[in-house]
Amino acid sequence: MQFDPFVIPFNIGLYFILIYVVARSILWFRDLSKPDKLRLQRGFFGNAFALSLKEIFMESLIHRKILKTNLRLGYMHMSLAFGWFLLIFFGTIEADIFGVKHLNAPYKAIFFRFFHPDHGRMGFEAAYGFLMDLILAFILSGLLLAVIKRFYSKIVGMKKTTRLKLTDRIALTSLWLIFPSRLLAESFTSGAYGTGSFLTGSLGNWLATFLPAQQLAYPFWWLYSISLGTFFILLPITRYMHIPTELFLIFMRNSGIKTGDKAGTYTEVQTYSCSSCGICIDACQLNFSAGITNIQSAYLMKAIRNNDDVSEIAHNCLMCGRCDQKCPVGIELSPIRMIQRREGEAENDIRNIYKGYFRSRQTVISEKSPASVNYNFLRGNDPAKADILYFAGCMTHLTPTIKNSMIKILDASGVNYSFIDEQGGVCCGRPLMLAGQDKEARELINFNSQMIWKSGARTLVTSCPICYKIFKESYYLDVEVLHHTQFIKTLIDDGLVKLNFLRKKVVYHSPCDLGRGSLVYDEPKEVLRHVSKLESSNFEDGNSLCCGGSLANTKISYADKKKIACDAAMELTRNSPDILATACPLCKKTFSAATNTRVADISEIVAEALILNPVKKNSTIHVASLKELANI
Amino acid sequence: MVSHKMNNFGFKISQGRQIDYDSNDRRIANYIYEREPSFRLCIECGGCSATCTTGNHTKFSLRELHILIKRGENKSVRQDLKKCMLCGKCTMVCPRGVNTRNVVILAKQAFQKSDEYAI
Repeated sequence: MQFDPFVIPFNIGLYFILIYVVARSILWFRDLSKPDKLRLQRGFFGNAFALSLKEIFMESLIHRKILKTNLRLGYMHMSLAFGWFLLIFFGTIEADIFGVKHLNAPYKAIFFRFFHPDHGRMGFEAAYGFLMDLILAFILSGLLLAVIKRFYSKIVGMKKTTRLKLTDRIALTSLWLIFPSRLLAESFTSGAYGTGSFLTGSLGNWLATFLPAQQLAYPFWWLYSISLGTFFILLPITRYMHIPTELFLIFMRNSGIKTGDKAGTYTEVQTYSCSSCGICIDACQLNFSAGITNIQSAYLMKAIRNNDDVSEIAHNCLMCGRCDQKCPVGIELSPIRMIQRREGEAENDIRNIYKGYFRSRQTVISEKSPASVNYNFLRGNDPAKADILYFAGCMTHLTPTIKNSMIKILDASGVNYSFIDEQGGVCCGRPLMLAGQDKEARELINFNSQMIWKSGARTLVTSCPICYKIFKESYYLDVEVLHHTQFIKTLIDDGLVKLNFLRKKVVYHSPCDLGRGSLVYDEPKEVLRHVSKLESSNFEDGNSLCCGGSLANTKISYADKKKIACDAAMELTRNSPDILATACPLCKKTFSAATNTRVADISEIVAEALILNPVKKNSTIHVASLKELANI
Repeated sequence: MVSHKMNNFGFKISQGRQIDYDSNDRRIANYIYEREPSFRLCIECGGCSATCTTGNHTKFSLRELHILIKRGENKSVRQDLKKCMLCGKCTMVCPRGVNTRNVVILAKQAFQKSDEYAI
């Protein structure tokens, strides 16, 4: 007889989850926008599908990214995911080769030992049994790590592990029970029949010496089946939904679908793909400097999944993007947080069955609304015509040395420029956008765009990474937008400015919006290398810290900001450099109050090194005259 | 008509400037106090108004708005708040560490909620 009632819980769970996943993916596909549907179709018949299969193997099974950052944590995830996959894969083959017939029902592979207790005494069968035992041991080693991690997270090199809700706990317990119950069930069966390999065989033989193995095996097969069934049934309402969802995410991403600025299927798939692994919690400065541990991206994703009110969580974030860099699943965490911030600002959100209809009506109305409602007091004067526009930005006006240094550099280079906000301009709009107030931000963007258009400039130089990011991303301008570090780099390359070499040790702090936000890592460092002795820190490029002054967080207190700033400054000035260099007026201002080391913007350092009116090299005469003087 | 002409001397008696904390509407202020305790720290030095980006273009003073909200004289505040660009200079210069940006955001929220009688 190839059937036993104990397989029923497993069968119910398995078929439930299969049907659920298929239905869910159909619904997700239906809700996609038309271009995204087309992208998916094209991806299915194109390169994206093969790429996705490779990525699924490398990331979802092997967990390469976690292995790279944290070996022990990676091993834990790999042993559970890859081990389980191998167990199913080789189990199916085992059931197919050694079973009664080919093409068995899934439960035959999972409970193979129960139906073939005599299997694996010698030869190839024994070797195969050895392989299966090896895989089980591999999984159990990872499981041991996972259990210890839950109570003592430092064992896998993590400072914090995620807090779980009740259903997550039940699912976690059933997941933990799966493999030990399989081990015991197989061991007892092996012990009773004298089969089994190094793990199940030896354990079974030992247990059989003092326990009635024959009688005890059956309850453990039941436990194994029930824990599998429970896990599968709880999957859709727990964090373990990430197991099937991540496959979709990888395929969608490889097909070229992006998060954008509105919630949709892709956002939903991403929120469900979060496994709450907790790597973002360890990366977050609010956690390790300010001790705020309930707002990290893992919790945001969880709150969105549970339909909780996320307005407080969404706004309490520096938007530094460190978690984006570290996320092993590659979820676009910051864009999703921005969407949540905007949702909070939406007025009169009509939620009923005509949701779709009303939504489209509303967008039409908002597009027709007059251009400026809140800022109609702004009067644009005609700006001077110039090739290059210099936009200092609000924060640069607060740090006049940066502004003056830039003017000095611009004057020395002899380019035709105009200082557009010399008399104090208008905000770029990014602070409003970060607060979720897109409509207001759009008004400022329109005003600034008009000013820039009128000037007829080809290049826009800004000193503030906040402005730089929004000029690049949200303005529709036909000018080249440069941060002043990039601009200085071109000036140096073109030989328009001559610089001395300052004999000073400098450490560079990469501002969030310039570095991770706009991927400008190299130019600032090259400029610094040109004028000073640039030293490396432990926090370079993608791993750089946030100064804590970020405008993105409106909820954090002054004291917490200060803690983040002091911690970051301390880390960066560990090798006691002469100057802590940065490329952002806000970082400069925040760090100046947090450290005794001199904090300077790159433009200030360059202005210091500037050779005004470079003298031609005829110094030989000068030296000769000195010699003459010495002779006298 | 004649009497009206006779009374028009070209000046008026100025209105009373009594601040009545009992009759003024302090819900907005309380809403902010509750969520942003640093609002209490303000010493009304005016640093925020001096550096303000919007203040450079039009009559807008965060210091004045702070005072009016605290007094509960909310009449003109609501429209004026909309002029703020949230650029954050006021937060940077504040000597008392008042989270001014959050004060503005919360005040806007409070006015919106007062429409719905939520506070």
